Amino acid sequence: MAWTPLRFRVNGHPREIPCPPERILLDLLREDLELTGTKRGCDLGTCGCCAVLIDGRPTLSCLTLARLAEGREVTTIEGVSPPQGLSPLQRAFVEHGATQCGFCTPGFVIAATALLRDHPRPSRAEVERAVAGNLCRCTGYTKIVEAILATAEGR
Amino acid sequence: MSSAEPVRTPTRLLGSRIPYIEGPLKVSGRATYTDDLRRPGMLVGRLLRSPHAHARLRSIDVSAARAMPGVHAVLTGDRYPTPFGVLPITHDETALAVGKARYIGDIVAAVAADDELTAERALAAIRVEYDLLPEYTDTHGGLVPVAEPIHARVKDGSNVQKEVLQHFGDVEAAFAGAAERVHVHGRYAGVNHGFTEPLVTLADATPDGRLTVWSATQVPHYLHRTLHEVLGLPMHRIRVVKPEVGGGFGGKSDPLPHEVICAALSLETGRPVKILCDREETFYTNHGRHPTENDVRIAFDAEGRIRAYDIDALIEGGAWSSFGTVTTYYNGVLSMGPYKVPNFRYRGRRVYTNKPPNGAMRAHGGTNIRHSVETAIDIAAERFGIDPFDLRDRNALPPNSTTVNDFRITSTSFRRCLSEARRASGWDGKFRRLPYGRGIGLGCGFYISGSNSPIHFTPKMPQCTVHLKVDMDGGIAVHCMQADIGQGSNTLMAAIVAEVVGVDLDRVHVIPVDTDVSPVDIGSYSSRVTFMMGNATRKAAESLRDQLLKATSRVTGHPVERLRVATERYEVAHRPEVGLSYLEALHAAMETQGALVATGAYSSPPMGGTFKGARAGTAPAYSFAAYVAEVEVDPETGVYRPERMWAAFDCGRPLNRLAVEGQIQGSIHMGLGQFMGEAMDYRGARLMNPALLDYKIPMPQQMPEIEILLVGDDDPEGPFGAKEAGEGPLIATLPAMGNAIYDAVGVRCVELPLTPDKLLRGIERREAEGRAWKGH
Repeated sequence: MAWTPLRFRVNGHPREIPCPPERILLDLLREDLELTGTKRGCDLGTCGCCAVLIDGRPTLSCLTLARLAEGREVTTIEGVSPPQGLSPLQRAFVEHGATQCGFCTPGFVIAATALLRDHPRPSRAEVERAVAGNLCRCTGYTKIVEAILATAEGR
Repeated sequence: MSSAEPVRTPTRLLGSRIPYIEGPLKVSGRATYTDDLRRPGMLVGRLLRSPHAHARLRSIDVSAARAMPGVHAVLTGDRYPTPFGVLPITHDETALAVGKARYIGDIVAAVAADDELTAERALAAIRVEYDLLPEYTDTHGGLVPVAEPIHARVKDGSNVQKEVLQHFGDVEAAFAGAAERVHVHGRYAGVNHGFTEPLVTLADATPDGRLTVWSATQVPHYLHRTLHEVLGLPMHRIRVVKPEVGGGFGGKSDPLPHEVICAALSLETGRPVKILCDREETFYTNHGRHPTENDVRIAFDAEGRIRAYDIDALIEGGAWSSFGTVTTYYNGVLSMGPYKVPNFRYRGRRVYTNKPPNGAMRAHGGTNIRHSVETAIDIAAERFGIDPFDLRDRNALPPNSTTVNDFRITSTSFRRCLSEARRASGWDGKFRRLPYGRGIGLGCGFYISGSNSPIHFTPKMPQCTVHLKVDMDGGIAVHCMQADIGQGSNTLMAAIVAEVVGVDLDRVHVIPVDTDVSPVDIGSYSSRVTFMMGNATRKAAESLRDQLLKATSRVTGHPVERLRVATERYEVAHRPEVGLSYLEALHAAMETQGALVATGAYSSPPMGGTFKGARAGTAPAYSFAAYVAEVEVDPETGVYRPERMWAAFDCGRPLNRLAVEGQIQGSIHMGLGQFMGEAMDYRGARLMNPALLDYKIPMPQQMPEIEILLVGDDDPEGPFGAKEAGEGPLIATLPAMGNAIYDAVGVRCVELPLTPDKLLRGIERREAEGRAWKGH
């Protein structure tokens, strides 16, 4: 097909990849780029498991046409993870038991990463609002909120 | 020192807060779930589902689909018609509909194709002719013989899948002589597990005659067995692997049709095939909590002691049996504990309907009936003028006792649950004293810590077996078919090994479930894993430790009885400078035998009566709970929110506090969902809300502040004294909420979910009846 390739940056690296106009960003990330850390929970924008950052903004990749990422920077869970070890936020998730089944976790980490970048000392209500688009069925959210607050407080 | 020191009792790890061992993988997106896997040459499997709730399949023409380029196989029900089901006594499911479709969403055909688009086009090319049959969508109508029973197996031509009748003692006499009789008619909508990972399976049938299946399952063993039964392959040529599973809560414990179909498509094509159900299909597969109607009558003597229960329950099964026979028993037998009930009568009927099947969901069979019973007890307390805590305390089941239906009760700290919840919540200053619109309520809980009655080939086989293998690198590989679906069982298994053998946690590697190498365990359901896997792991670890102590003894010349386990070291108790490091001991042990192996198994002891159904609900231990909820209600709108909860729970000794807290918090969230808004919303046979937007799971802002009070004594048979904490913590949430709402606005909650419109109608009804509440 004669589409021009999609040019964008993924996790800091420039990519150029064939991409028909109807291609969904989630499919492109998971299937073409093998970035499987971004999860497919509902395909309808209702669970937040597929959240990624586009130019730093949390975005539901299952509702986003890949073409809309043209020229932009997409950051997935793989991109917020340092090459060695974990980010302070990720470490807090582990230490606070904020993961159970873990399927929703990448989406929460993405949402919280953006929150803490813009609001380094969020209130509990701000944290709850920031993750309100993410569904967790295991934890009751308690430990997730605690982990995010603990990261903000440098605990 | 003259007397030998006992081997150190574990305190190093167990009982602390142990972060989940796979946590770093999960937070970085590196944990691998089934849909993250792919195989070279993999095909896409898709399913054609019936748009009719009850219809005979007159003809299915797949010729056009089969002829399409890129389509590799098309399956219909006649190819693999062997019935299956999770319970050996009720095999009434088939991989694809045979003869007729029984609910909207029943699978009538399946295709494997090069890609999703081709698969969808192939489905669209399949021509099915249906003869519509009468639809049965309510339980009452199915109690009598009907024109077209949903299943021919029902002998009287009705849709009653299972009827349970039990009577212990003399209920008539107890009611006749009662000082107070309370009746509650509780109605409960069905709810769904709502796990975040949709149903998904990948199968690869290879030319060596083997079939490998990766699936999002809680019970790899049942899937293994079902694939063998339906596909006709010997079990040793089937390999089931469980990658990480994105939540289950019971919804991934039945062997499911798409799993069988996926394997069948791979066998047909000789290619790997993946079936990923979308969210709508996942909702339609359901197997969630049963819609239930409970008529509960309780008789009390003049002192407020329970004299008898008389319960009649109508349970909606949906299209298949699933776990339903167990549900029907549980809805009765789990209603009694935590109370002593000397006379008990129960009739439970589970009725097939033309809707997606209902099955097991967290705190299976114990949730709806508990809400009915706890509401009745709250009503009784008010009539007697006795505080709800005092009334419950008066009726508490004592430790080391036997219930009227022969449940063996060993440890119970129920009375301490009550006293701690009362103290922590400031109950005495709040109950009936908070202003109108604010309320506080008590609800209690009781649940099995592992079913004593395993669903097994042979009941004599252990319920859990664990193998350990250590080679010269010092890493300990743990093999077991228990399924970690996020609850932290792998972490606990590793921690038990590390604790007993005395090594660092990172030496222990839990091998992902793989039926080629993992010994059989019957999976993650009935809140059995900590208790059963924990005991089996402990035995295996002790056996390994003993081999290492023996080697240490041989090298040091000190008898084993004089040795003790230290951190990464085995030493002489009275001369700690004499000893071997873990690796030295390991290598010494390996000189004589090479790599070390050890095994441990668990079987629950014999228990239960001899009457029909006597084993249903028997368990080697039970958990107990007392929860207090504090709520705020807006009487003008019926909108309410839980503000605080105090959760006093008896799980014996908590082995991983982080995990126990997580289970309790998650359980409360799930219980609140069922109480406040979750419901499988049917119009006739059609599910109206098969999507997470319309299926109302509570958001972070709706969660109360939770105080957890772990009050259990060590259980005599639990591993290191532990009991379950995975399902029981859900149960008390619902009645605590309901009774708190009553305290707030004087309206009894007997129909769940309690949406604001229902509560508002209740308030208006109370006002219309002229019953004032707290001056309003």
